Amino acid sequence: MDYVIEMNHISKIFGNFKALDDVSLSVKKGEIHALLGENGAGKSTLMSVLFGLYQAEKGDILINEKPVKINNPNDANDLGIGMVHQHFKLVHNFTVLESILLGKETTKNGFLKMDDARKKINDLSERYKLKIDPDARISDITVGMQQRVEILKMLYRDNDILIFDEPTAVLTQQEIDELMKIMKEMTEEGKSIVFITHKLNEIKAAADRCSVLRKGKYIGTVDVETTSKEQMSEMMVGRKINFVINKEDCVSTEPVLEVQNLTIRSKDSKKNIVNNVSFQVNKGEILCIAGIDGNGQSELVQGITGLMPISSGKIILNKNDITKQSIRQKCRQGFAHIPEDRQKFGLVLDYSLKENAVLQTYYEPRFQNKGFIKFEAVSDYAKKLIEKFDIRSGQGEDSVVRGMSGGNQQKLIVARELDRNPEIIIAVQPTRGLDVGAIEYIHKQIIEQRCSGKAVLLISLDLDEVMNVSDRILVMYEGEIVGDLNPKDVTVQELGLYMSGTKRSVN
Amino acid sequence: MKNKFNLNIPISKWGISFFSAVAAIVIGLLFGFIILLISNSKEAVPGFIAILQGGFADGAKGIGDVLYNATPIILTGLSVGFAFKTGLFNIGASGQFTMGAFAAIFIGIKFSFLPGHLHWIVALIGAMVAGGLWGLLPGILKAFTNVHEVISSIMMNYIGMYLVNMMIVDYVHDKIKNQSLPVAKTAILPKAGLDKLFETNNLNIGILIAILAVIVIYIILNKTTFGFELKACGLSPTASKYAGINAKRNIILSMVIAGALSGLGGGLLYLAGSGKYLQVVDMLAPQGFNGISVALLGMSHPIGILFAGLFIAHLTVGGVNIQLYSFVPEVIDIIIAVIIYCGAFALMFKNIILKLNKRGTKEEAGK
Repeated sequence: MDYVIEMNHISKIFGNFKALDDVSLSVKKGEIHALLGENGAGKSTLMSVLFGLYQAEKGDILINEKPVKINNPNDANDLGIGMVHQHFKLVHNFTVLESILLGKETTKNGFLKMDDARKKINDLSERYKLKIDPDARISDITVGMQQRVEILKMLYRDNDILIFDEPTAVLTQQEIDELMKIMKEMTEEGKSIVFITHKLNEIKAAADRCSVLRKGKYIGTVDVETTSKEQMSEMMVGRKINFVINKEDCVSTEPVLEVQNLTIRSKDSKKNIVNNVSFQVNKGEILCIAGIDGNGQSELVQGITGLMPISSGKIILNKNDITKQSIRQKCRQGFAHIPEDRQKFGLVLDYSLKENAVLQTYYEPRFQNKGFIKFEAVSDYAKKLIEKFDIRSGQGEDSVVRGMSGGNQQKLIVARELDRNPEIIIAVQPTRGLDVGAIEYIHKQIIEQRCSGKAVLLISLDLDEVMNVSDRILVMYEGEIVGDLNPKDVTVQELGLYMSGTKRSVN
Repeated sequence: MKNKFNLNIPISKWGISFFSAVAAIVIGLLFGFIILLISNSKEAVPGFIAILQGGFADGAKGIGDVLYNATPIILTGLSVGFAFKTGLFNIGASGQFTMGAFAAIFIGIKFSFLPGHLHWIVALIGAMVAGGLWGLLPGILKAFTNVHEVISSIMMNYIGMYLVNMMIVDYVHDKIKNQSLPVAKTAILPKAGLDKLFETNNLNIGILIAILAVIVIYIILNKTTFGFELKACGLSPTASKYAGINAKRNIILSMVIAGALSGLGGGLLYLAGSGKYLQVVDMLAPQGFNGISVALLGMSHPIGILFAGLFIAHLTVGGVNIQLYSFVPEVIDIIIAVIIYCGAFALMFKNIILKLNKRGTKEEAGK
């Protein structure tokens, strides 16, 4: 059997933490091999060992059946290994051409020889149908295009083993489909691909075989064709996962939050980022605002919560006009906000878990006495949240949040916001970047809130989430609401038409 | 092979900070020794010993001198460190210090109608108010117009210096010596027996007030909701806004408190009755900049600042003593400067120590 990569019994330890524990992986020539696991399962660590970013304490690596030692990414590159990182590593004010060449420039007497490179890149982009404009600036092209540049970078270096670290996280559905096609074409040319993901749909669509990691341990390798999604997710999480969300109808007609004619003018142009938006969220309702990223959803939420000034319009909570109130006043009257960027807004990263747990409530009498913080009460409260919401961290309530995993950071925010017993929960992409287990958990929490009579405003880019969780869908396009839909009567395809602005049913 | 450098001590985060500060100090002292060797190799060793001995060379009086010298720089250090904890770089400690000093002297001279035990207290409060006012302006500019506090407080330094020069000439001028007049006896800080204990006339309750300020700032930062807000604003302005914390108010208050601390430092120095007068010279008060050194060396932690202030005062006293061996006291300034440079590299030392530690655990795990 031809194996291009064999990683045998790899162990990697960070301090006291075993990131990888006796993990083995073999990739055949010309296959797409998926690497599946929850956040923190060790997928990225394993690939970083292969790419030379980390050195393993134990185990050996064979490339094309020869034992090798990979000390840094240059060694990996010499062996034909290339990697597209989850967060692209591109210079924003370079052109596409310059970015691809960077580090591998062909020169003559110290001067760049761009023409040869341009020809090679054009050939490559034709051969793999990776259409790009070599003279466009990185900052001007879409994220999907940036990814193509990263892929071309690997191809330009004649890499035969390609690692994709969660490549679909930032792409739209159309871009994902295209990427899958490109990946298949590359394997037909004899390249081998390792594809890191936790999305089962994509594995089903593209991969030949799939290796599963769980908590740093190797669980097994399966044939994708003969294995069901349920089986794979069970391998990944270690228990059965419920994909279908059961919820009974409990929407009332009593409005909790009303937004009237909300408009937010852009700072640098006269365009309205949010243009005359009105809607209401009722008790027991999950209202979802769908749309392609950048159509004003983020600004709408920031306007409602008070993080961004609004130009005109009214915000009404339980029949009280709260348009002019401060963030704190809104918070005290029952606003809960799970922000889009959890590290920028949701948490003070260098504070401990317990300090973050009381970020909006530290001034309440239960946590302070005459201006002095009651640290014991804060600790007890944090312990309660940790237990109730299953937040995992190294040193319990004293862990510094920066060191916690993304999923647990998010759980902490969700815990803090829901535990305040809010009237309205505004959640922006609450499950972005989380693994199946955590997503299931957060959805369950949100639905529980809804069923106990709260209102939920959910902003999501993930159509599965939109369709599964919501009671009603508003579609936003270029700052306006263009559709008011019932998830039961609409298909994902139709939703896509609204999101791209081709269809509209509301004026 | 790598084990040779294995520094596998189980030390806490604070332990590492402490070690990196010590590393900075050792390198600074070695550098000073080299300078002594260059300028006069024969006397270098006794000179260096004098620096190391610092205040301890002179018995109780020496220690008293250290405490006297430490008082103003502990306060300016606290001023810079406190602002730094809340995300602001208060480079205006010098101007705030000068304003505080002038207010104290002005009250000390003109308010002689006050009863004796109140006079010096009112003078110190005046010093804090004046310093606080000098912090307030950069604070307001930062909060409402987003003018960077470094720029505005540097300008406030010069405005303060020239304004004080002008006001000395106008109100409290000793024309013969071109300096401020002496303050009333009742405005001079009580000695509380410290002068007898340490056999030096310079020492008074100023050092106790400085220590009290350290404790108060420590409590504010670590125990109160106010400190919780201030630190949150410093660490993450966006998350503080999200949490509904009034960042504008906190920026202003933080600068006012920082200014008041520097002003208090100025008051304490010029009310010490040690024969120091405000000179009419075009020079920024060096105590303000020493405060930055102290805050850096003390890692902005109040207790760290207390010890950093004492340490730098210890070196300053040593600098006076090396004149016996025909060295200039400026050597001390060089040593302090090198320590601060290395202090800026403290982060680097920290990372090296962390790395060595990590390597240790890694090797062990590999066995």
